[in-house]
Amino acid sequence: MSKRQVKVYPRFERLWHWMQVVLITTLAITGFGMNGVHGLLPFGATVMLHTMAALVLIGLWIFATFWLFTTGTWKQFIPRIEGMFAVARFYAFGVFKGEEHPYEKKFWRKHNPLQAATYFVIKWTVFPAVWITGLLYLSYNFWEPMPNSGFWLPIVANLHLIAAYVVVTFVIVHVYLLTVGHGFRHHVKPMLSGFDEVDLTPEQEAYLEQNEPWRLKG
Amino acid sequence: MKNTLRWAAMALGLGLWLGFGGAGLAQDEAPSTPTPPPAPVSAANTTTADHSKFEILQQQFASGPEVTAACLSCHTEADDQVMHSIHFQWEYESESGQLLGKSNVINAFCGNVAGNEPRCTSCHAGYGWDDMSSPPPQQSTAVDCLACHDRSGQYTKSATGAGHPPLDPVKPGTQTITGAPAWAVDLTSAAQSVGMPGRENCGNCHFYGGGGDNVKHGDLSSVLFNPPLAVDVHMSPEGENFTCSTCHVSDQHQWAGSRYDVAATDHPDIKPGAGRDTASCESCHSETPHPNTLMGMKINDHVDVVACQTCHIPEFARGGVATKTVWDWSTAGRLDADGKQIHEENFIQSDGAALHTYLSTKGDFEWGENVEPIYAWFDGHVEYTTGDQTIDPAAVVEVNRIHGEAGDGESRIWPFKRMEGRQAYDSVNNRLAYSHVWGPTTDTAFWTNFDWSKAIEAGMKAAGAEYSGEFGFVDTHMYWPITHMVAPAEDAMDCAECHADDSRLAGLDGIYMPGTQSMSVVGMLGRLMVLAALAGVIGHGLIRLVTRRKGGSHE
Repeated sequence: MSKRQVKVYPRFERLWHWMQVVLITTLAITGFGMNGVHGLLPFGATVMLHTMAALVLIGLWIFATFWLFTTGTWKQFIPRIEGMFAVARFYAFGVFKGEEHPYEKKFWRKHNPLQAATYFVIKWTVFPAVWITGLLYLSYNFWEPMPNSGFWLPIVANLHLIAAYVVVTFVIVHVYLLTVGHGFRHHVKPMLSGFDEVDLTPEQEAYLEQNEPWRLKG
Repeated sequence: MKNTLRWAAMALGLGLWLGFGGAGLAQDEAPSTPTPPPAPVSAANTTTADHSKFEILQQQFASGPEVTAACLSCHTEADDQVMHSIHFQWEYESESGQLLGKSNVINAFCGNVAGNEPRCTSCHAGYGWDDMSSPPPQQSTAVDCLACHDRSGQYTKSATGAGHPPLDPVKPGTQTITGAPAWAVDLTSAAQSVGMPGRENCGNCHFYGGGGDNVKHGDLSSVLFNPPLAVDVHMSPEGENFTCSTCHVSDQHQWAGSRYDVAATDHPDIKPGAGRDTASCESCHSETPHPNTLMGMKINDHVDVVACQTCHIPEFARGGVATKTVWDWSTAGRLDADGKQIHEENFIQSDGAALHTYLSTKGDFEWGENVEPIYAWFDGHVEYTTGDQTIDPAAVVEVNRIHGEAGDGESRIWPFKRMEGRQAYDSVNNRLAYSHVWGPTTDTAFWTNFDWSKAIEAGMKAAGAEYSGEFGFVDTHMYWPITHMVAPAEDAMDCAECHADDSRLAGLDGIYMPGTQSMSVVGMLGRLMVLAALAGVIGHGLIRLVTRRKGGSHE
């Protein structure tokens, strides 16, 4: 085993992440504006910005899904119980006692088990809830003629709203957890440069040196 | 230049009228020399006939009906057509079978026509209807062709003449239907001038409903004779320069767009060349009037539930002429120490004119300019509290009730002027009362003798209604759909006028609107969740700080 600087976040994945940052921030600000939480922007412009950001984000997600499955990266996001308890225990107690983070980054496991599980749940529940209710909300006039549409509209809208609050809650915890362990800057850097320190098995190292030398630095 | 002069003269006439506005029907002010307005400029002249060349019109006419007889010698079916129109019948049977129309309803203004005929029927599209208990006169010459077709500009009707024009010699003190001092009408030049109706023909009655300029409708005032673009994009010479009948299309003298028969929702056929028979916005603008942009599509999504008028007429009574918003009849009749009538003019209109706020004849008033409408679901059907309906005097009586509700597939959210009234009712039978107000020569008319008991008794008798002999005053609301004074697109209502917690549509049933419920249960739950997360990470961080450790490390 040797620690190497490995490209764990290729260009598309970084673009994907930072576009999500921009788009989700835009959607949150405009969305809560439309909901009446604040009045920072004129309503009409807010609706336009929200709609366009949402359509771009859905487009991005379609690309990302395609990318995940063609590159095999989807495997990174499959949650495993193994090690999850240790990470949870660390955040709850160990971190206060100066213990080490129990997770060691591996080439095919670039997220810690709790992280992978969280992303998995978000990708399969919260994000679909947001975009499905969002598209339904946006296309209300198409299904309005259906019976009881007036009953369903507030349900769709409120599901959209609560899902949005869940996303904001996720962002708060997500950003905070960057400060735990090696610290905020150390955690953000790989998402900018793409490179992170990973324990490689000799086989992995040999394979990468032979076939994907661009993944290795130094 | 000619146009400028014409409008200057019109403004002068208007100023004169406003000067008399406070006097109502008082007959003591004598004008110096009443002059008719100049001939209006007609829009495109599409006629193939010059009526001044018709021999039958080259004669001295002694009365309105004589002119009508001459018209009918060529226009053989016109009398029959007009006589079947609401302009002549003043009667309308509603979908629910109510008999409405001017001759039947009670309103929150002068109340009722019955008993006040020669005054109210001065605006009848006919001659000589002086008794509401009979149908309008049936002889063919009772139709007034000139009221709508005169293009000389000097045809008018005397304010108290049951539809007849003031003719030479004019009795001093006579007023026209707009309240201007009357001049002698030249029937020959009027007859030779005839053409399609211009806005003056309609406006001289419809802009002055309720006893003065813009008193009744709120969106129909003398401003529309020559409105700036900001007041009315359709009627402004800087805009489309439409006449009334550009939208209010007619077929055999039947007009589209009566207030009694509103097309609250319209699904028109707008294929090129298709005919129009509805006075609706959609009949020209279609049901998807906004551009094919993201914003346009979003706004088009509103059209099925929000009437065009709701956003495009943000305020009515614009352009400098106020509308009456409150009329309290119960205070009428107060006289000064000498037994003379009192008048107060405490409302200053934006053009500087002082409008009456108290008259012994009519009671207390309030006025409004640039008034924000109220909003209601409207399917086009209006039900009236007619004189035979029982009312609850403890509550505000709705003189007319706007029908419609969310989700019925026909209703849309419409703007209305709400007229607030306090008017007489039979306090034993609990019914709205008819009153006899006008009648210079009777001893029962309120405006002559200021005695409510006599005025109501006479009014009830004239209307053929049962009367207990006891009366009181009850608060009333009356609703007037707002549809004129469409503002330029850039002045349309901002989204946030409705999509906000203090929404203009607050209290309207059956709508879910983004922006109006930020403090809903789900909204509060969401806020709690975010606060809990913040508290959690701050707490977690604080404990880490207190334990003075940065947290685990891989090293």
